[in-house]
Amino acid sequence: MVSVMSRDMSYAGVISRKNEIMKKTVGMDYGIFESGSIAFDYERMMRETGYSLSEIQEIQRSVGVGNTPLIELKNLTALVRKISPKGKGARIFIKDESCNPSGSFKDRRAAVSVYHAEKLGYKGVAAATSGNYGAAVASQAAMRNLKCIILQECYDSRKVGQPEILEKQRKCECYGAEVVQLSVGPELFYTFLKTLEETGYFNASLYSTFGIAGVETLGYEVAIQCREMIGKDPDVVLITHAGGGNVTGTARGLIKAGAINTKVVGASVDLSGLHMASDYDFNRKSFTTGHTGFGIPFATWPDRSDVPRNAARPLRYLDKYVTIKQGEVFYITEALAQLEGLERGPAGNTSLTAAFALAMEMDEDEVIVVQETEYTGAGKHPLPQLSFAKQNGVEVKFGNPDEEIAGKNIILPQHPSMIKAREMDLNKMRKSYVKNCIENTKVQSVSMKDVEFLSEDTKSSVENIKEILTDMGISIV
Amino acid sequence: MARKGEWVQVHQIVLKPEERPAHLPEDTKKVPLELWVKGFLNHDAEIGDEVEITTLTGRTIKGELVEINPKYEYGFGEFVPELLQVGIQLRSILKDGECHE
Repeated sequence: MVSVMSRDMSYAGVISRKNEIMKKTVGMDYGIFESGSIAFDYERMMRETGYSLSEIQEIQRSVGVGNTPLIELKNLTALVRKISPKGKGARIFIKDESCNPSGSFKDRRAAVSVYHAEKLGYKGVAAATSGNYGAAVASQAAMRNLKCIILQECYDSRKVGQPEILEKQRKCECYGAEVVQLSVGPELFYTFLKTLEETGYFNASLYSTFGIAGVETLGYEVAIQCREMIGKDPDVVLITHAGGGNVTGTARGLIKAGAINTKVVGASVDLSGLHMASDYDFNRKSFTTGHTGFGIPFATWPDRSDVPRNAARPLRYLDKYVTIKQGEVFYITEALAQLEGLERGPAGNTSLTAAFALAMEMDEDEVIVVQETEYTGAGKHPLPQLSFAKQNGVEVKFGNPDEEIAGKNIILPQHPSMIKAREMDLNKMRKSYVKNCIENTKVQSVSMKDVEFLSEDTKSSVENIKEILTDMGISIV
Repeated sequence: MARKGEWVQVHQIVLKPEERPAHLPEDTKKVPLELWVKGFLNHDAEIGDEVEITTLTGRTIKGELVEINPKYEYGFGEFVPELLQVGIQLRSILKDGECHE
């Protein structure tokens, strides 16, 4: 084996070894699921390299993850009914995922990844994440006495860090993890690859089959708890959408529980106009995840992730995708504390905000389940996040949320009836995904197998895919 | 003066502006990619010195010494009076017209 020292450690050099590094550090060969073209065998990948639902339940139970309470938000529902037309105002329930060991649903993903890493004999785990997932991996690694390195994009070029990310640094360090902090830029991935190569640790990717399978228990529990509490499946499950794992895992869990008529709705915070790799824009956003800056690129090209084939494929499961504004989420975060006595983190309330808006349009006998909450505290709370926004020149005021411009202002709704779920055109996103598949595989024509794969991977008809391909001038052979 | 064995933070330039990939936004391309990490100092040194540390996972890392016993400086920030209004408004809407007092 060539020693690390003699290797090309330049950006281009390390990136060129991506596949080799991944194979060693994810412990699996993705090649066996490939067709050589666009299509790959997603279900076989999930089946053969993952764990069964009951095995995952057992793994999670053994580390205190999962089986979180489902709580009916009666006052919030009553509020919706006060401001909705007669007969409208669906019942809202929330899955209190903040009860997991490190305070978010991400423990479900980390529990399986870290279990798998230990089983395969890795000495440590590493993950590139600025969010709750880092804390989850660090917590699980602590439980299994594995070493842990978390890499986070944290500071701008003035070394000013987002309070929420700084809190995550503290939390990871308090679990005994080593935290590597970087300034703004997508080369976080380059540093991550170097770290994996140097340490030989397991890549606890957010997008591995283990990580996604870990979220299936969440969807499964939602269906079972709903049946126990109200005797039926939820009509809608609202899921915060960023990289797609939350949507994918939850939807798969619902299907495994037989809740096939439940609509899966994704929600992201609208950060349009801000560039995710911009040093200037970095500290002018108040959400570091659950936003459109991840939600749209990951839905329209999931295989951009840190594994060869992303197990998180949101377009495969989404029935509807909506966006909401930053000011609306802070407002609803306050509402949850003030009306329900549940003080939870803002980012986790993205889907609750969308649920509040959708509940106004749905009938009183319908049920919406919001499938997560997250912990809150210093750095990760409306107070520090809004005061940080003000410090960075972002105006905070009451008004019409439709007028909010990310990076310029945060508009708290003048009245709760102004909160809206703004629907994204899923078919436009499907087209964009198909286009990315064609561009990335550089094919001139596609097979019927590819067409069928694209149909499944976008939850749309074969006819729709054929039409999209024909419009692009791609022939089907 | 930092003593050997003290808990410190070091800083590195990972990529100089000219070494960064081409597809970055202009403002990011102008600045280097920087890295900070904490560990135990392997030898006595002054702030600003190029030093070597041992991290919690046992890695040896070199960098510029920037802080001794680095503290967590974030908190709940300045008070945001706007937030006070939300609860007052919502409770009043909820109470308005309620008959089960």
